[in-house]
Amino acid sequence: MRWVNRQISRSDRLLWGALPILLLMLLYIFAAAERHAANPSDKILPLPSGMAQAMSALIFERDMLSGQFLFLADTLASLQRLGLGLGIATLVALVLGLLLGALPPVRAVLGPLVTAIAVIPPIALLPVLFIALGLGETAKVALIAIGVAPVMLRDIAGHVAALPREQIIKAQTLGAGSWQILIRVALPQAMPRLFQAVRLALGPAWVFLISSEAIASDVGLGYRIFLVRRYLSMDVIIPYVAWIALLAIAMDVALALGSRRCFPWAQGANH
Amino acid sequence: MSTLLSLRDLWVEYGDKIVLEKVDLDIAEGSFVSIIGPSGAGKSSLLRVILGQESPTRGTIMLDGAPLAPECGPDRGVVFQRYSVFPHLTVLQNTMFGLECAGSPLTARLFGAARAKARAEATAMLEAVGLGDNLHIYPAQMSGGMQQRLAIAQALIKRPRILLLDEPFGALDPGIRADMHGLITQLWREFGLTIIMVTHDIREAFSLGTRVLALDKRRHDPHAPHRFGATAVYDLPLRPREEEASPREETAA
Repeated sequence: MRWVNRQISRSDRLLWGALPILLLMLLYIFAAAERHAANPSDKILPLPSGMAQAMSALIFERDMLSGQFLFLADTLASLQRLGLGLGIATLVALVLGLLLGALPPVRAVLGPLVTAIAVIPPIALLPVLFIALGLGETAKVALIAIGVAPVMLRDIAGHVAALPREQIIKAQTLGAGSWQILIRVALPQAMPRLFQAVRLALGPAWVFLISSEAIASDVGLGYRIFLVRRYLSMDVIIPYVAWIALLAIAMDVALALGSRRCFPWAQGANH
Repeated sequence: MSTLLSLRDLWVEYGDKIVLEKVDLDIAEGSFVSIIGPSGAGKSSLLRVILGQESPTRGTIMLDGAPLAPECGPDRGVVFQRYSVFPHLTVLQNTMFGLECAGSPLTARLFGAARAKARAEATAMLEAVGLGDNLHIYPAQMSGGMQQRLAIAQALIKRPRILLLDEPFGALDPGIRADMHGLITQLWREFGLTIIMVTHDIREAFSLGTRVLALDKRRHDPHAPHRFGATAVYDLPLRPREEEASPREETAA
């Protein structure tokens, strides 16, 4: 059978998908064991037991200085920043995207500005944000929001502007005005796209979060990784990176499922 | 029969390309006007101008003796070939949309007794077009013919003065198309509609219409074909409305 025609069943797909991940893990453990055989105090490739030990201290023991459970505190701080930043960006993208996409005068006035902001690399704005907003939470949240909002906004605006002209005409022949078209025709049809945009924005949002935490912070997943880097503590860095990946996957899956549940009409021909 | 819509000396130009020139028409109330013509003869442009989607370069359009605003409104309903229904609303919600917009300017949603009344009205309209058993499905779950039935119900619930059809059955199978011809004739009679239909199908134009307009260019300049526009070259009154009563043969192609 040709490879383009081979369909893998659902259960087999899980198995096949897990295979390369397991292989990589196995490869790592072999390499780590090799290094530890030569040098029992090797720090570059820690063994799983070493990671478990280092992480248990961060998870289950209170930090002597702050009296906090560091892993929990890092996770909550990072998620709060990410949630606030993404939340603000999503709201701005939805409201402005709808207006820009549906109302030609708004597009004429704000379109060039949005394009100009979108082409600025957000990291280049980080010093500006730190100077203007201080080194606290505001600057980090602002970096995430400014980093992901323009792309999401343009995506939503483009999607709304591309709604078939016939629909907008039809709505007007049914007596709808601009506002009614915005909330009853454009908004509901922009929502699945918004979920999609948030999913795609998660990657950049994590990049901006970790960057801002690495530069100026005293708690957070990115802060911890860059702090323990000084001591070559790969036994903390690797579990933290894995934890970030797990959080990112969980958010992506939650958004995908949420979109499918909330907008059954957008799932194509589902009869 | 009184004149409902009158076009006087109507020109439509895009840049230096003249699409329609000197169109003079009077459309009587209760008539079913079919518009035919070759591609590019301005059939759809004429419909868009009457709909208010575009404004004419020159000329006037009067509806019930008053000049028409160059914007779409609830006095003119429309059914396009595609994309006429809202994919995010169910059949019932699609049909109620027009009632909700009129009843609630701020939220465009009705509640309580007003909602129940709109719902009953929409259900009755959907039963009239044969969708009474499919109130809660989305357009993506429906066939092309059902979507066009929905589009017609959606437009008719506003009781438009004129119903404009832009190749409404062009994308349908021949069998379904024959059913739709029966439906539109029946609705036209029941609701006393005035219909203007653009079509490519000459058989459809003659079997449905009470009057057939053929648009084409009267003059042709081989060196500058875009400088002459089309107009109504044939205007064929077919039959008065009363003769409609006898069912005509409808042969599926």
